[in-house]
Amino acid sequence: MIDFHLDTRSGVSAYMQIVHQVQRAVRCGLLTPGDRLPAAREVVAALAINPNTVLKAYTELERDGWAASRAGVGTFVAETAPRGVDLEVHDRLVRSLRTWLREAAEAGLDHDAVEALFTLALDAAGVKRVA
Amino acid sequence: MNPALEATGLGKRYGSTWAVRDLSLSVPPGRVAALVGPNGAGKTTLLQLAVGLLTPDTGESTVFGWSPRRHPTLVLARIGFVAQDRPLYRRFTVAETLRMGRELNPKWDQPMAEQRMRRLEIPLERPVGRLSGGQQAQIALALALSKRPELLLLDEPVANLDPLARRLFLSELMAAVAADGLTVILSSHLVADLERVADHLVILGGGRLQVAGDLDLLLPEHRWLIGPAAEAGRVGGTVVQAGTGERQCRVLVRRPRVPPGWTAEPVSLEDLVLAYLANPIAGALPMPEAVPA
Repeated sequence: MIDFHLDTRSGVSAYMQIVHQVQRAVRCGLLTPGDRLPAAREVVAALAINPNTVLKAYTELERDGWAASRAGVGTFVAETAPRGVDLEVHDRLVRSLRTWLREAAEAGLDHDAVEALFTLALDAAGVKRVA
Repeated sequence: MNPALEATGLGKRYGSTWAVRDLSLSVPPGRVAALVGPNGAGKTTLLQLAVGLLTPDTGESTVFGWSPRRHPTLVLARIGFVAQDRPLYRRFTVAETLRMGRELNPKWDQPMAEQRMRRLEIPLERPVGRLSGGQQAQIALALALSKRPELLLLDEPVANLDPLARRLFLSELMAAVAADGLTVILSSHLVADLERVADHLVILGGGRLQVAGDLDLLLPEHRWLIGPAAEAGRVGGTVVQAGTGERQCRVLVRRPRVPPGWTAEPVSLEDLVLAYLANPIAGALPMPEAVPA
């Protein structure tokens, strides 16, 4: 199960923030197919948001194959959702990224420079976009 | 299904001043509608007309198709109303306050009321006057919700509450919407809160309706248009807020036609509300638009 949070200053609509958080959790392997998403009323009470916002987010996740709802039971991460990386692999990748970020900081790169460099490397390596 | 609240040519006058004038709108059932406008725009008058506390001088309003004047009992059974400043008997204990609710309302849900108090850790034996503002607001909400209304109207319910109490109040309110699918109309100045809870917007200015509709439709209909100030006259659509820049200007437009060379940017709820509040004569639609239920 995951906790959603909301940043009302981000300019991203509330329902899209929920969609993104589910997608991110699946991509990182924190959620896998069959895992239950929080019930709409739980999200509503936790975030003090309009119930329709949660329903809209879940509907969008279902439409795009990230989630599936079972009547009367709840909404789950779907079998058709993109496979996330294995948790161990995920941890290893995060660790090596942290080492790299430390090196970048020591070399005097600021946030924007790191982002620019990362985007450059990403494009050069031709990493494919899924979904 | 009938609109939760519908008004046609509604007007209310105090002496020679119109508090609400020629107001027509329609709030579909199931919405959480935010009623926004500067002080004196007619928000409280509109809410009091809707529940039948005031009699209109022109036009009429209905709640699920029933007029509060011709069918007061049918309307009263369907609505909950939390007035501004949450009037409560300060010397009553919480339990006595709930008992009053039970005696006055045939559909009263006592278990729900008590459970709500327990969950919020509000002691039943304490006099209401000795509770915090946030707790008093929760009791006013519990009184309104425990009569199982289909339409809940709240006049500035979270004004004067600290941010945590405000969040708790809205969380209870949204949970009730999720559980019962009731329609809510609430007036508030706090746009950040409205961004979380509202899916329908009604903006009043000087007693008149400026704009109303589902946010899903209203927000994409409005755009910031950015272009050379000298060509501002070529912008098509309803200008809500004219630009002030001498060379480049930003114009907030409803249903814009974008002239060549201009760019269009999305509008946030806060921008939209502030633009209408700053320009009270903008909008003023003659008739309510058909909104799918």
